[in-house]
Amino acid sequence: MPPLLRSPTLDLRARNIHHQYGETEVLRDISLDFPSGRIVCIVGPSGCGKSTLLRLLGGLEKPTAGEVLQLGAPPAGCLNPLTYIFQDFALLPWRTVEGNVSLVLEDHGLGAAERAQIIADVLVRTKLSEFRAALPKQLSGGMKQRVAIARALAVNPAVMLMDEPLSALDAQTRELLMDDLVGLWTRAPFTAVYVTHNLAEAVRLGHQIVVLSRRPGQVRDVVEIDLPLAERAHGDAMLERQQQHLWGLMRDEAAAADAELLHV
Amino acid sequence: MSERVTFRGGGFTPERRRGVGLVVFVLLIAMAEWGTRTGWITSLTLPRPSDVALTFGELYQSGQLFNHLVPSLTRLVVGAALGATAGITVGVLIGLFSLVRAGLVPLVAAIFPIPKIALLPLFVIWFGIDEASKYALIAFGTFTPTVVATYGAVDNVDRTLIRMGQSFGLSWRSIVWKIVLPGAMPGILSGLRISLTIAIILLVAAEMLGAEYGIGAYILNAGSLYDLERLFAGVVILSVLGVIVSYGIGMVEKRLLRWRV
Repeated sequence: MPPLLRSPTLDLRARNIHHQYGETEVLRDISLDFPSGRIVCIVGPSGCGKSTLLRLLGGLEKPTAGEVLQLGAPPAGCLNPLTYIFQDFALLPWRTVEGNVSLVLEDHGLGAAERAQIIADVLVRTKLSEFRAALPKQLSGGMKQRVAIARALAVNPAVMLMDEPLSALDAQTRELLMDDLVGLWTRAPFTAVYVTHNLAEAVRLGHQIVVLSRRPGQVRDVVEIDLPLAERAHGDAMLERQQQHLWGLMRDEAAAADAELLHV
Repeated sequence: MSERVTFRGGGFTPERRRGVGLVVFVLLIAMAEWGTRTGWITSLTLPRPSDVALTFGELYQSGQLFNHLVPSLTRLVVGAALGATAGITVGVLIGLFSLVRAGLVPLVAAIFPIPKIALLPLFVIWFGIDEASKYALIAFGTFTPTVVATYGAVDNVDRTLIRMGQSFGLSWRSIVWKIVLPGAMPGILSGLRISLTIAIILLVAAEMLGAEYGIGAYILNAGSLYDLERLFAGVVILSVLGVIVSYGIGMVEKRLLRWRV
């Protein structure tokens, strides 16, 4: 299943990252590679710094020590190499679906026709064409996140940085959106770093799953799953086993992290 | 044995009740009219509403109404526009730049509680006895509440939206114009509701000095003669102005803030 790589490609590399907030050490010595064309999931107990790591990767925060490197060049036509998808969608409530996608294209000196064409294209890919004129307040949570995905696709990113993108949604919507993401990836493989606390999402979407320890977050284990995304069905026995294995790794850490908060 | 569960939810949500406001007005006026007619309220205490209406009719027919209204409205519009524009500009700058905030917030806090009427002589010295000093007084009075409301509104803009803008590489200009300003709009408009009302209050103060025509001059003139009918006719005009301003802002909110949940 060699993913169809667009060339040139861009890999992301985190090198010896340390991070602290004041006295609190959040991340310790994180070194990871995020190869292009693959989805890397980061899981870990709550408060382990996985969302912080994602913000460091995309340059929204500066690591206390260490560095994040981009290796290679972004693909042609890429407007924003490192593009986020946020847990709370971060849509502008005063702009329509179309307007929200248009927002991220307006600063790039594209012609109106070119913009309209990109918008139409990403709305088709996310099945939102008929809602182009709707305001966010009219949309369900799942649709809002699809708008955010459309917005991310519009800038043709080299790496998608996804911060618990499905955590604000209900279980059924989550299943549907996971199918959508698998479909999008299968049609045009993208590179993604996907932070989640949901192990089912991780085994469903990750080619590689990085397990972080509790705070300070360190890489505890890296699990590879070779089964192609499109063949991973809900309730697959192999995935169940992987999920059990991951839970075994995390269980004690999660319990310890949970107890820790009580006497902070 | 069965008992129906009694309903105990509901309430605590504002509902639209048409016409109730009008009924309250009408009732109060009817009471005053009835009281003054029966002698329960002496005409020294409160003028008879019908007499006030008559005075207002005369004012309208003699053409004096517009002689008073036009200069007052001009002062109000020019003064409030200057004050609100400056207020929104300074408020946004305070919201965006920490240096401006550190420098100007204490100053605004110091200016805010000064009764602007007390500074009237100062304005006359600075801007002369003509229109300029009146504009300045109204503008100054509108300025401070607008500044405070505006920087509060900018502070309240959802930071995750700003981070989103940065993460997509939007320019600083775009972030300000497309995220910060629209996000601050609800707060700015509710601030304007207050500061424009203050502008109407200050209109009367501004016309205390050297104004021959104007609603404020008319009221003060009537007041000094204890001509309660004329005084009330003037006051009614101010109230109507207040209602119109509030309605106008309501319309603007409806148009600009359609996106609000």
